[in-house]
Amino acid sequence: MSSAVSCARLVIGRDLRLAFRNRTQLLHPLLFFAIVTTLFPLALTPEPSQLRDVAPAVLWVGALLASLLAIEFLFREDAQDGTLEQYALSGRSLTWLLFAKTVSHWLLSGLPLALMSPIVAYGLAVSPAAMPGIAASVALGTIALSLLGAISAALTLGIRRGGALLSLLTLPLAVPLLIFGAQATARAIEGASLVAPMYFLAACAVLGLTLAPLAAAAAVRISLE
Amino acid sequence: MSAHRLSGDSLHVFRGERHVLRGVSFVAEGGDYLEVTGSNGAGKTSLLRTIVGLVHAESGRVRWNGLDIHADAGAFHAQLAYLGHESPLKADLTPRENLHFAIGIRRRVGGDEIARALAETGANGFADRPVRTLSAGQRRRVALAGVVLAAVPLWVLDEPATHLDAEGHALVGRLVDRQRAEGGIVIAAVHAPLPVAGAGTRRIGLTLQ
Repeated sequence: MSSAVSCARLVIGRDLRLAFRNRTQLLHPLLFFAIVTTLFPLALTPEPSQLRDVAPAVLWVGALLASLLAIEFLFREDAQDGTLEQYALSGRSLTWLLFAKTVSHWLLSGLPLALMSPIVAYGLAVSPAAMPGIAASVALGTIALSLLGAISAALTLGIRRGGALLSLLTLPLAVPLLIFGAQATARAIEGASLVAPMYFLAACAVLGLTLAPLAAAAAVRISLE
Repeated sequence: MSAHRLSGDSLHVFRGERHVLRGVSFVAEGGDYLEVTGSNGAGKTSLLRTIVGLVHAESGRVRWNGLDIHADAGAFHAQLAYLGHESPLKADLTPRENLHFAIGIRRRVGGDEIARALAETGANGFADRPVRTLSAGQRRRVALAGVVLAAVPLWVLDEPATHLDAEGHALVGRLVDRQRAEGGIVIAAVHAPLPVAGAGTRRIGLTLQ
């Protein structure tokens, strides 16, 4: 058990260290998120009441597309430099190692997006009272998205330029997250209870936690053959 | 400790529509060195990937100590070090960091042990430089240090001496001989024969299908 934990810590530690050595890749999705969401008030209207109305949609579409950008890099480098092969032959559970990789991916993409979402929401004239709810819903939604993305990323590993296919595979499955996430944000802005949509996002995340690493490991094994 | 034994009986492997391996059989026991030779595209890499279990054979089995390798893949892989023709290193990490993370996943490994392995493969001069600044031969030395550090009985090496200078070839030969002296098994796909002790060396010649 303890060796499994230290294994996961090594996988996550390696990914975090690599990310901080090569920060542009880390910043790219965040910049995208910031740019998309700041363009809306410019194109639409600076009227606060109208901005507040579209804020949930803008926030979630921005966050979803930004995570999709990040997901493409989840396994790609490890597949190219032979690290995935070594993971598969390490004698450790590939499912567990890929789960650890997905956790580090969320720490590097989903968590920063969740931390950034209140700032972006502030730009869309959302009141500060709604911020904790917004950040929590984005955090929960991106957990589910990272896990879902792990399956698509693993499935498209064998394909050259799999980026477009990756989006096509992931987006339809991400639609429920978009709907309930945007609803959670809308309720946070209205000051209503978030419980129902948050439960749904949590259910998706739990389903992903149990099944996604297994599916990703199976897909990676096929791509290595 | 009982002697290890690796065997394959009439392995047939397809890559897409191509029938790459047609009935390849082999046996290797503790102390043996199995040299896989053949022209480009003859299936050397396919054979090695079948032996480690990445590729599934259409028919025939690979057995490790009498047991099908797919029966308990985790236990088999824990006794195996595989080096592909690319060195599996992260360009943004130093050799020391690369080995710390890569070997740490397999077993607990200390910094002094890593330093010793790097010194042994002649890689201590650049142990703290990012791998992206190293030449292909230097990377190969770091990857070989990883194989040594794995401390497992079975080595499967794809062109271990590629990119290495003359001294590097001799180094690979020494490492292989030491692994065999400790009762291990080494299987390597090579173009030029490695400078190893003659006894216990077997050859598998593959022909282009």
